[in-house]
Amino acid sequence: MSDLSQARTFDEFMEGIWRQNPVFVMVLGMCPTLAVTVSAVNAVSMGLATMFVLVCSCGLVSLMRNIVPKEVRIATYIVIIATFVTVVDYVIQAVSLAVYDALGAFIQLIVVNCIILGRAEAHASKHPPLVAMVNALGMSLGFVIGLLALGAVREVLGAGTLFGFSLFGADFQPWVVMVLPPGGFIVLGAWLLLFSALKRRQEARLAAQGGGHGA
Amino acid sequence: MNGAIQQPQGTSAVALVRTLGIVSTVCGLIIVAAYQGTYDAAAANRRLALERTVFKVIPAAKSMSEWQATPQGIRPVGGETVAGAVKFYAAYDADGALAGIAAEGAAKGYADTVRILYGYAPACQCITGFGLVASKETPGIGDKIVTDKAFLENFKALDVKLNAELSALANEVKAVKHGTKSNPWQIDAIAGATVTSRAVGKAINDSAQLLLPKLVPELEKLGKKES
Repeated sequence: MSDLSQARTFDEFMEGIWRQNPVFVMVLGMCPTLAVTVSAVNAVSMGLATMFVLVCSCGLVSLMRNIVPKEVRIATYIVIIATFVTVVDYVIQAVSLAVYDALGAFIQLIVVNCIILGRAEAHASKHPPLVAMVNALGMSLGFVIGLLALGAVREVLGAGTLFGFSLFGADFQPWVVMVLPPGGFIVLGAWLLLFSALKRRQEARLAAQGGGHGA
Repeated sequence: MNGAIQQPQGTSAVALVRTLGIVSTVCGLIIVAAYQGTYDAAAANRRLALERTVFKVIPAAKSMSEWQATPQGIRPVGGETVAGAVKFYAAYDADGALAGIAAEGAAKGYADTVRILYGYAPACQCITGFGLVASKETPGIGDKIVTDKAFLENFKALDVKLNAELSALANEVKAVKHGTKSNPWQIDAIAGATVTSRAVGKAINDSAQLLLPKLVPELEKLGKKES
């Protein structure tokens, strides 16, 4: 029984990291994904800010799931999400102004990140708090991984650094387009290509193992 | 679709209002708590960031105070703010002597407004450096204004002397096409980043035209830092 519930919790956690990865599989939250991933630090900061909002709002939405009438549920979710975005906005200002300036309006725009409202509506409102928060944690970790994958590649190619540390010395000629908007699309396209190739290969392997059982 | 559609039992208006009221109250409390809890740290962060930028443009500075130049003269910031006042920072060295003055300027660049902070040395009546406060200029092109050594050379002693009546700059500070600088009040623009270079020139010129005529006649007021 406990093994089963542990396995289920692990499954909830892993869902967002791999099978339903918000960036690479569901292709959600593209606005911050493309806009703030010019460096690995920005990507991780944005990911952590989103994680805080996602986990807290899913927890609160789940706690209130039995007392919120369905007629006002979207209004309630939006108020809850906006609250935690405001909190994270203040906290980032207190922690680091450099990060706050780098992320700019995209911190406030977490309010309209569809991953968050999507999770609140599709998952948290139907599950108990712990399950909802574990799922939200996995989902936001998947988002952090997605942003970091973009941010790291763009920073290495576009600035020759990773987390601010120089990788190639002073002679490196940065590939400037990578830190410009087109670079975001190019790197995202490359990652999506890689992910779908991996997925296709995995499906083919499963189909072969299942002896024509899968598809 | 024919026949009477069965209406589900709706939730009462009171329940809806009550739910929204409770949610708003709880969320309001969370927001106020977060605001109160982070206010001091955020204010300290902002002050530190400002100090860091000021100390960067005036390397000898060890402390600073905020001032404003109003039509009635210059005075320390505090209490009421006067409409049309220009804010500036007086920086003092380790001995408390005036090390320089820093002020903000802003002008439209290529992507967005370029906001800078420049250092002014009263002794030579010149600009001695500038730093970026905010800029969204193109990476690798417009952002060269803070890395290009030849461009930064312009700001070792950029002439901003006032005219004889002390009413305006004697010569307008202006960025000129790369390679055509011939006077100490001109800025040699970066080739390929002319728009951003011009923005720096215009930001300094606009701000200095406003500030210096009010500031220079009353420089002695800044005197030594009162401890």
